[in-house]
Amino acid sequence: MLKFVLRRLFLEAIPTLLVLITLTFFLIRLAPGGPFSSEISVPPEVLANIQAQYRLDQPLWRQYLHYLNDLLHGDLGPSFKYKDFSVNDLVNKAFPVSLRLGLFAFVVALVVGVTAGVIAALRQNTWVDYGVMAAAMLGVVIPNFVLAPVLMLIFAVWLKVLPPGGWEGGKAMFVVLPVAVLCQHYIAVIARITRGSMIEVLSSPFIRTARAKGLPLGYILRRHALKPALLPVLSYLGPAFVGVITGSIVVESFFGIPGIGQLFVNGALNRDYTMVMGLTVLIGTLMILFNAVVDILYGLIDPRMRIR
Amino acid sequence: MNPPLPPLPGLDDGQDLSIQSRSLWADARRRFLRNKAAVASLGVLSVVLLLCVFGALLSPHNAEDPDWGSMQTAPDMEAQHWFGTDSLGRDLFVRTLLGGRISLLVGALGAVVAVVIGTLYGAASGFLGGKTDSLMMRALEILASFPVMFLVIVLMTFFGRELWLIFIAIGAVSWLDMARIVRGQTLSLKRKEFIEAARVAGVSNLGIILRHIVPNVLGLVAVYATLLVPQMILFESFLSYLGLGVQEPMTSWGALLEQGAKSIESAPWELAFPAAFLVATLFCFNFVGDGLRDALDPKDR
Repeated sequence: MLKFVLRRLFLEAIPTLLVLITLTFFLIRLAPGGPFSSEISVPPEVLANIQAQYRLDQPLWRQYLHYLNDLLHGDLGPSFKYKDFSVNDLVNKAFPVSLRLGLFAFVVALVVGVTAGVIAALRQNTWVDYGVMAAAMLGVVIPNFVLAPVLMLIFAVWLKVLPPGGWEGGKAMFVVLPVAVLCQHYIAVIARITRGSMIEVLSSPFIRTARAKGLPLGYILRRHALKPALLPVLSYLGPAFVGVITGSIVVESFFGIPGIGQLFVNGALNRDYTMVMGLTVLIGTLMILFNAVVDILYGLIDPRMRIR
Repeated sequence: MNPPLPPLPGLDDGQDLSIQSRSLWADARRRFLRNKAAVASLGVLSVVLLLCVFGALLSPHNAEDPDWGSMQTAPDMEAQHWFGTDSLGRDLFVRTLLGGRISLLVGALGAVVAVVIGTLYGAASGFLGGKTDSLMMRALEILASFPVMFLVIVLMTFFGRELWLIFIAIGAVSWLDMARIVRGQTLSLKRKEFIEAARVAGVSNLGIILRHIVPNVLGLVAVYATLLVPQMILFESFLSYLGLGVQEPMTSWGALLEQGAKSIESAPWELAFPAAFLVATLFCFNFVGDGLRDALDPKDR
């Protein structure tokens, strides 16, 4: 098992991360136009000074090595756009906001999705099942940038029960709509996966045996059926995590939430090299780590996964 | 579709003994046509496609000229603004259909790029096998754990926002699943006699892949391409929604939705119509794709 964990981390996660950092770094540097090329009427000496300060005058490979070195020390560099802040400052402020939003959405999606899936599986081919599955299909195809304005119109403009946007330090009222929008798609997918695997599990011999023994249905579900039925859901959690993070780009910019999604979009629009770099590295690290964790969990639960 | 066999000698009393054979495709078509949701979806998709291509001709307005008499007005039959107008007085009916053209085009071309790369990569990886195969699959795994959406955003911001770049960017990151599917098929094809025969006859590896492997996986590829199209459309809409996709004066459903989301309080129709078109299209593509998969790949059911 230890061997499996080590191999997963050092042979897969870390090389992937390195490739990601390298690719992003050179992509951004090779693109035409720099962060300072739009500032007109700057004397050449001043420009040279600015460039020297951000090490833009050095050859590319030295910039790259410097960047890697800074990264190892946990330093994402200065922001090119917000001159008085380092990327670390901005990320430190924005990250807890996104984390909170993402965690809420993640938990809601998991609980609601699994519950809906199990109910649909137990009532297979009844109107309950069809209703849940139709809702799930809608949830899959409605993009979050359509749902966000619609929910905002209903709950903030017409019913006036929730604020239309803002964060206010994450008060409950301000969290409801963003979380609803963010978790919509994942509820749908998780419900579909759970239903499918639960139906399969429920028709397998060991469940029939448990029923024949006369065990109550709730007990069978909890003790026998849930664990194997949730394995496919577990392997979906990696992609879901990635989706929650990218989804937060839309949600944060629509509801005006000061998280990393918004930072990323602004950084990209402002050609803020270090900001985009830093966020890509940060999010990439999180994603790769999370995927590794899911794989390792899978290996813990299902020994067959360890040999590959 | 074989021509009827000539009557066997000795059985020439005019009796037709040939059995009505059913080809794989006839079977698949029968299964597909039995799937009502898929057939209905195909109908809706055809209507959407026809509307997007020709529908703009029905309206007296064009996509770019503002109607100074009606700025941001609700749908109005008399002025023939069937879907209303946007804040610049442009007709939304025409713009929605025009945006649909771009969205469908991006969806189709993105899927084509993904299919071409994925098929060739998967076929090569599966056919060459051994070290090459494991190396190529390792590269695929690394790519698969990338934050793809972020890379595309980086690409779009730093290399300009041109339409062809969107095709390439979207297609280039979406071929991974396709490559896996094709590789799996190739592995089972590789051992077939006709491949052996081609090899004995001295056909090069490239020739075998292009002439023998690729044509044999095309059916499966077509099915998954249908399921790729809605993903591509969604992806483009996402980019356009962020302002990184299609630029003015051109438009797409995503770009229209961005406008609509901004003016949702004052002009809900600006969101409603493009959203209805987008959601209906995605819905139908998913149904058609599922139907095709069930029809051509019955073992999955």
